[in-house]
Amino acid sequence: MSVFIDTATKLVVQGITGRDGSFHTEQMREYGTNVVAGVTPGKGGQRFADTVPIFDTVAEAVASSNANAAVIYVPARFAVDAIYEAADAGVQLVVCITEGVPVLDMTRALQFLAERGTRLIGPNCPGLISPGKAKVGIIPGQICREGRIGVVSRSGTLTYEIIHQLTRHGLGQSTCVGIGGDPLIGTNFIDCLRAFETDPETEAIVMIGEIGGTDEQQAAEYVAAHVSKPVVGFIAGQTAPPGRRMGHAGAIISGSSGTAKDKIAAFERAGIGVMKRPAEVVDLLQARA
Amino acid sequence: MNLHEYQARALLKAAGIPVPDGEVATTPDEAEAIAARLGAAVVVKAQVHAGGRGKAGGVKLAATAAEARRHAQQVLGMRIKGLVVERVLVVPAAEIASESYLGVIVDRSSQRPVIMVSPAGGVDIEEVAAKTPDKIFRVAVDPRFGLLPHQAMALAFELYDDLSQVRQAAAIMQQLYRAFLDVGGSLAEINPLITTPDGKVVALDAKIVVDDNELARRSAIAALRDVTAEDPSEVEARNAGLSYVNLDGNVGCCVNGAGLAMATMDLVKHYGGEPANFLDIGGSSSPEKVVAALRIITRDRNVKSILFNIFGGITRCDDVANGIVQATGQMKLAVPIVIRLTGTNEEVAVEILRTAGFEALTDMDEAVQQAVKLAREAA
Repeated sequence: MSVFIDTATKLVVQGITGRDGSFHTEQMREYGTNVVAGVTPGKGGQRFADTVPIFDTVAEAVASSNANAAVIYVPARFAVDAIYEAADAGVQLVVCITEGVPVLDMTRALQFLAERGTRLIGPNCPGLISPGKAKVGIIPGQICREGRIGVVSRSGTLTYEIIHQLTRHGLGQSTCVGIGGDPLIGTNFIDCLRAFETDPETEAIVMIGEIGGTDEQQAAEYVAAHVSKPVVGFIAGQTAPPGRRMGHAGAIISGSSGTAKDKIAAFERAGIGVMKRPAEVVDLLQARA
Repeated sequence: MNLHEYQARALLKAAGIPVPDGEVATTPDEAEAIAARLGAAVVVKAQVHAGGRGKAGGVKLAATAAEARRHAQQVLGMRIKGLVVERVLVVPAAEIASESYLGVIVDRSSQRPVIMVSPAGGVDIEEVAAKTPDKIFRVAVDPRFGLLPHQAMALAFELYDDLSQVRQAAAIMQQLYRAFLDVGGSLAEINPLITTPDGKVVALDAKIVVDDNELARRSAIAALRDVTAEDPSEVEARNAGLSYVNLDGNVGCCVNGAGLAMATMDLVKHYGGEPANFLDIGGSSSPEKVVAALRIITRDRNVKSILFNIFGGITRCDDVANGIVQATGQMKLAVPIVIRLTGTNEEVAVEILRTAGFEALTDMDEAVQQAVKLAREAA
C-alpha cells in the first residue's frame, strides 16, 4: 500500500516533448514509473524515446493506453486547460507541476474536478513519490527510500531537504506528496493526513508548511481530532517580514493568522512535534516512535 | 502586483462605479492647478504601495489651491515605509454621511471569490475582522454564475436601511466584481464606500491587487506597473525571472524554491546570523539566472558572505554550477561564497565547481554555519 500512486499507476504525460516534460519523463521511467503515453498536440503518432506513444489529445491517449493518472508539464498559459482535459478524459489523478496558473482560473477548475471526482495535486507542486513503486512529478528519486514515513508539504525543494534527512538516517518513506504553494490547490494537508492515517504502511507523518493562509491551522485541528499516528511538523518563513510576497503566491503573511508563530502554536496545541530546523526531523520522529 | 489608488479608481470609474473627480500631480504646481480646477476644499493623497498613508502624514486636507500646493510640496518626495512618494492624487474633499467597507478577495478556504462588506468602514478592516467579526458580512460567489443580484442586495441591506442606497450599493458590488474579474485581481477593495448627505453611494478610495499570474495575458494591466515605486533590485530580479526581497542582514542567500529559501533564512537566523535577502532562483534554472542573482546580491553593500543552497529537482545542479563559474569569471567577488548543492546532476556540478576551484558542501546546516561565521568575521 501507499498513498495516491503505486505499481498499478499508469501515467500519461501532458507536455512530454517539452524541455521539462521530456527530462522528467526520462527520470520517471528510470525510477520505474509505468509511463504509458504522452500528449503533445501536433505530435500524435510519434514516439518518445522510441517507446512511449505520443497522442494529440489526452482522450486518445487514455483510450489507447488505459492511463489512470496524468502529469502536466505544459507552459502556464496552457496548464488550466490541461487540467480540464485530463479530467474530461476520465483520469482519476491529475498532478500539475506547472507554476503560474491564475488563481481565478483555479476557482472554476476546482469545481469542475470536484463534480467529476477527479483528484488534483498542485498546481505549482513537485508531485509525489511512493519509493520503490512509482514517482509522478519531479521529486528526485535517488534521495528517497522505501519505508514507513508519510511526508506532506506545501514546498518543493524544502521537501527534498527533509526527505534527504530522513533517508540519510535510515527512515524510509511510504509516500511523499508535494501539494504545492499556490493559494488554491486541489489536494490539501487534510486530504493527505486522512490518506496517511488509513494507509497501513504509514507509521508516522511529517507535515511541512509555510507562512500564509490558515491551512496548517486547520490541518492541526484535524490531527488533534482524527490522527492517531505520530505527526511532526515544520513551518518555513519564521524570519519573513510581514506583507512581503516570498516567491510563492501562497507565502505571504496577511493578518496575524498567516504567521509562522501562529501556525507553530496551532501545531503545538495539536500535539504535533515542531522542528526548529529541518535536520531535527529524525530526532523528533525517533522520540515519538 | 499592486496598483496605485489613482489607477484603481480609474478602473472602477471605467466599470461604472461612482468615483469623485480627481487628478494626479507630480509637482506642487500641478497640484495647485488641479485644486483650482476642482474648486472648494481638496484632499492631497500620496500614491505609494504602502498602507497607513494617513498615519504617515501622506494624506492632507487643503481648504484652498495655495494650501494644496504647500501640502503637495511636503508630500512629494517624502518616504512612507521606505518608498519615495512620486505622485499625489488631488480629489475634492467629500462630505461624508456614513462610511462602509466593500471588498472582493479570492478566499482560500471556500476556494471561491468572496464579497465582503462591513458597516464599519474607513478603518483597518483586518482590525475589524479580528475585534468585531460580527460586523463583517460575506458571500462566496460561485464563479460559474457570478454574483447573483439577490446576493448583492442581501449584503447591501447589511449596510443601509434606505432602499435607494441599498440598490446603489448592490449595483456597485456587481460592478466591482466584474472589474475584479476583468483585471485578474486577487483583491479589489473600496474603503471607505461612503454615503453623501444627499444620499449618494460613492467610492472614496480604491485598492486593487492583481494576481501576477494574470499579467502574461493582460498586457493593458501589466502596463500599469510602476517600476519607480519598487525597489530597483527587485525589479531587476523579476526581469531576470528571479524572486528577490531585500532584507537588513549580511548573509546573501541564493536558493532554489521559496520554501527552502525561507527555511534557509530561518536557519541563518537560528545560527546567529541575519539574512540579507530572500532570493529564489526558481525552477528550470539556467546559468544566466545564476549570473543575474549574483549581480543582484553583490550590489547590496551589507552582504559579507554569500550562501548558495541548491536542492536539485527541476533545477539542475550543473546549471547552477555553470552559472557560478560564469558569474565569477565576469565579476570579481569581494566576499566569500559558500556553496551547498545536492540532488539532480549533483556529481556533474561538483566536478564543474572543483575544476574551477570551488568547494561544494552537501549539508545545509554546515553550509549555513560556515556562511554565518564568514559574515561575522568580515563584519
